[in-house]
Amino acid sequence: MATPVLEVRDLKRDYISSGGFLRPAKVNHAVKGVSFTLQKGKTLAVVGESGCGKSTLARMITLIDPPTSGEILIDGMPVDAKHVTREMRQKVQIVFQNPYGSLNPRQKIGDVLSEPLLLNTSMSSAERRDKAMAMLVKVGLGPEHFNRYPHMFSGGQRQRIAIARALMLNPSFLVLDEPVSALDLSVQAQILNLLKDLQDEFGLTYVFISHDLSVVRYIADEVMVMYFGDVVEHGTREAVFGNPQHSYTQTLFAATPKADVQSIKDRLAKKAALAG
Amino acid sequence: MPLLDIKNLTVSFDTSAGLFKAVDGIDVSVDAREVLAIVGESGSGKSVAMLAVMGLLPSTATVTADKMEFEGLDLLKMSADEKRKIIGKDIAMIFQEPVASLNPCFTVGFQLEEVLAKHLGMTGRAARDRAVELLSLVGIKDGADRLGAFPHQMSGGQCQRVMIAMAIACNPKLLIADEPTTALDVTIQKQILDLLVRLQAEHGMALIMITHDMGVVAETADRVIVQYKGRKMEEADVLSLFEAPKSNYTRALLSALPENAVGDRLPTVSDFVFEPAPGV
Repeated sequence: MATPVLEVRDLKRDYISSGGFLRPAKVNHAVKGVSFTLQKGKTLAVVGESGCGKSTLARMITLIDPPTSGEILIDGMPVDAKHVTREMRQKVQIVFQNPYGSLNPRQKIGDVLSEPLLLNTSMSSAERRDKAMAMLVKVGLGPEHFNRYPHMFSGGQRQRIAIARALMLNPSFLVLDEPVSALDLSVQAQILNLLKDLQDEFGLTYVFISHDLSVVRYIADEVMVMYFGDVVEHGTREAVFGNPQHSYTQTLFAATPKADVQSIKDRLAKKAALAG
Repeated sequence: MPLLDIKNLTVSFDTSAGLFKAVDGIDVSVDAREVLAIVGESGSGKSVAMLAVMGLLPSTATVTADKMEFEGLDLLKMSADEKRKIIGKDIAMIFQEPVASLNPCFTVGFQLEEVLAKHLGMTGRAARDRAVELLSLVGIKDGADRLGAFPHQMSGGQCQRVMIAMAIACNPKLLIADEPTTALDVTIQKQILDLLVRLQAEHGMALIMITHDMGVVAETADRVIVQYKGRKMEEADVLSLFEAPKSNYTRALLSALPENAVGDRLPTVSDFVFEPAPGV
């Protein structure tokens, strides 16, 4: 079998809140031993409510925060978040949730896109410019946007820029931390299509973090459900959606709004019965 | 007679590029005990229309309407003083971001009791007891302890519950909920929606639900208005909207739901041409 793009072994992360003179320090186990492997070209969705550790997991595999214990292997090579080499930084990139907060308002789009190249490669400025222009077109924007500032773009366009920035270094895999939850339904569809197009074109691997199950069902190959730092369910999309095992997964499914005609009819009938 | 009746509402803003019409000739009417959903994406003017009813728009906004009546009282001709007696008491609103819309400098109890004091003249122990009662009504069990908490000490879901408690404090006849669950998780969203629907049924309020989530519409509404770029695209009861949408825009919105995906890609809204449905 080919080497997995990403392998995670028993990853843990504790946050320690500082104690006082007589008050002992509190330890919060945000992620309690997560292991998984991810093959090239696949999408792994991590699902769970806020505070379940999914963003902490994302920050650890993006090499932003060091894990308390456990191992991360990217393309078969162990990495250490405390000493991220240029080579490792080129392999993993992240797209954050809020496109309004993740772009520097005083940086032009062209500079946003070429900064990863400036920091991690030794390309000349002309090369960087050409690559940034090409990437703008790939994510559905135009070369005329090169010299504009982030405030001149809508939320969907900003998220395209954030995705473009993450792809500048041709990463092995991309971590998407709730990339569409701040966007409108119609824009959300455009971004999801873009992600699928890019995956087909470059053979990208995604770790997709979300709490929206309908989006996950659309985009994921594998689904991992997290609850208070533990993985409670992990399987293929068909297995998890078709036959959820853990009670928390079932609760999540029950909480997702149903928009089909039959469930509306059922709800209206119930309401009429209560009123009558 | 409808509870709230608005005819031909237009709201425009003075901008450096000239007059911008955020809402363009919209009719809204709600009956007592009815749940109306207003759907649209950001910029469609759905929040602005309701803020105009509440009188919460900045002075740069121009509000015109042929008719804006609440229980037969003309909201347009009313003085600010008279309006203040209705707004917050008979018409209450829940805002989008619960953590941002509570005052971070005051405790939850102070903010709740302020509503009771201003509108019902309740003070001291009576206000305190009522505040605890309201908190338990919205599902915060340890209300007496929670009164002393500041907004930052509570989670987003709990802050939203406090907002709802403040809104229903005076038993309003009309409750306007502006994207009440957008910032929340699905499990919390379910709890908040169930709570709103239960309170609506128990107190016989009318409820206007502003949202961009078709799932939320399907779970709560009786009647739906679909808005796009300040215009009304369609108005229908919830079942016929989902069964047989009349306008192209509604069809586009419904097909952009990931669970309705056919094939490998989602159709996007820009693939369609929009015109209001016939008869709107």
